[in-house]
Amino acid sequence: MDTTAMHIANGIVNGPVSAIFAVFAVVALAFCVRKARADLDDRLAPMAGLVAAFIFAVQMLNFQVLPGVSGHLLGGTLAVILVGPWVGALCVSTVLIVQCLLFADGGLTAIGLNITNMALLGTAAGYLLVVVLLRFLPKTPAGLAATALIASIISVVIASQGFVLEYALGGTTELSLPWVSGTMAGVHLLIGIGEGVIAATTVATVARVRPDLVYALRRFRKPLTVEVGAPA
Amino acid sequence: MGAGHAHPLHLLRESPVHRLAPEVKIAAVLFFTIIVVITPRTEFWAFGGYLVLLVAVAVAARVPALWLAKRATIELPFVLLAVALPFFGQGERITWLGMSLSVDGLHGAWNIFAKGTLGVLASLLLAATTTMRDLILGLDRLRCPAVFTQIATFMLRYLDVLADDARRMRIARLARGYDPRFLWQVKAFAVSVGSLFLRAYERGERVYLAMVARGYQGRLPRPADDRAPTSQWLAAAALPAATAGIALAAALG
Repeated sequence: MDTTAMHIANGIVNGPVSAIFAVFAVVALAFCVRKARADLDDRLAPMAGLVAAFIFAVQMLNFQVLPGVSGHLLGGTLAVILVGPWVGALCVSTVLIVQCLLFADGGLTAIGLNITNMALLGTAAGYLLVVVLLRFLPKTPAGLAATALIASIISVVIASQGFVLEYALGGTTELSLPWVSGTMAGVHLLIGIGEGVIAATTVATVARVRPDLVYALRRFRKPLTVEVGAPA
Repeated sequence: MGAGHAHPLHLLRESPVHRLAPEVKIAAVLFFTIIVVITPRTEFWAFGGYLVLLVAVAVAARVPALWLAKRATIELPFVLLAVALPFFGQGERITWLGMSLSVDGLHGAWNIFAKGTLGVLASLLLAATTTMRDLILGLDRLRCPAVFTQIATFMLRYLDVLADDARRMRIARLARGYDPRFLWQVKAFAVSVGSLFLRAYERGERVYLAMVARGYQGRLPRPADDRAPTSQWLAAAALPAATAGIALAAALG
């Protein structure tokens, strides 16, 4: 297994800023837990656990981007489209905490930064984009796929800019910020395109087979009307 | 479920470190990492002292150096970032071997390299000596909110099931002539990610119903509350205490 870290390590951002973001992450996640309970009530633990296991399993699957270069899905936008922003943020943060403790991916003191960027900022941006885009795009599997593609690309780039903000506040080395911002945005634009293509196909598949499971389509669901025709 | 409870980084050994209760190990690693991160980067020898402490723990835990070194490559992207810093850093510059390097960038590179490596080594030692189940038990005893420990329990319990599902779907794809080389050939992969989600979600619904049938009311029974004895807390406190000692000596000296 050739896994390399994509998560912020210890020592990149200084102590006070890491602590501030850890507190922010705890408060925001407490709010997510309350909202997620409203979505799932006592189903929360088993359902969110299975969705988190799904995100984790998907992150372990590598696919070929170009010969010799493989990537894996981050799954934030995919999760918010399928299970909603609250459960999605909870699942992504659980994955991040377990990856930090069990796989040494991401620094223990940077856990607040990683959760803020990927579980909170990424999913919030992804969900807002999905809500706005679905106003204009058709509520069909194809429309949902286009939504997932656009929302994934933009939310991955926005999450990467979260790191730039944290670096600007507490970076341990003076770097020109436009350079950091541009590099992060460029790399994550490529990651986001791969992410978006896969997320789009995935949600289109789910929307065709079990549209009732897609959280983002829930608001548009019409009450079921049964037409009883005369037997032919 | 027979073999599914070890994780890839767990190293089954018999050692005093393995026998420590998980909550004391998590606390020790957390305090160690915090002290390392707040140590000023110019206290060079303090970081050497920290490394000696970790080596002592690794020896006590009977974790081979090569095993640690191989898994520490996870932080390679950050080492690359560290290598780039002296070239792109700002401020005062020095010339070394004909290259113009930023002093602040050199310090920054050292900072990321030293603190990142020490953090990864400490986390690896924790993961090597603690099983998944114990880690979650430890988090629970450290008063981590039950929602998280429950979600994490379910996640880890079903991770292997889903990974096996994914593996079977991959074999099925390969058996049908699937051989993607480029990103735009990825459709079959993405479709099976979709069906993996359906399988996971429907399994979640079945698990939930099975739990309700067995009397689940939104709360899992807590495992017997046998807290770690004070002696274990004291033994594990040796690591952060020694670290703090080194940090103080460096700050005063």
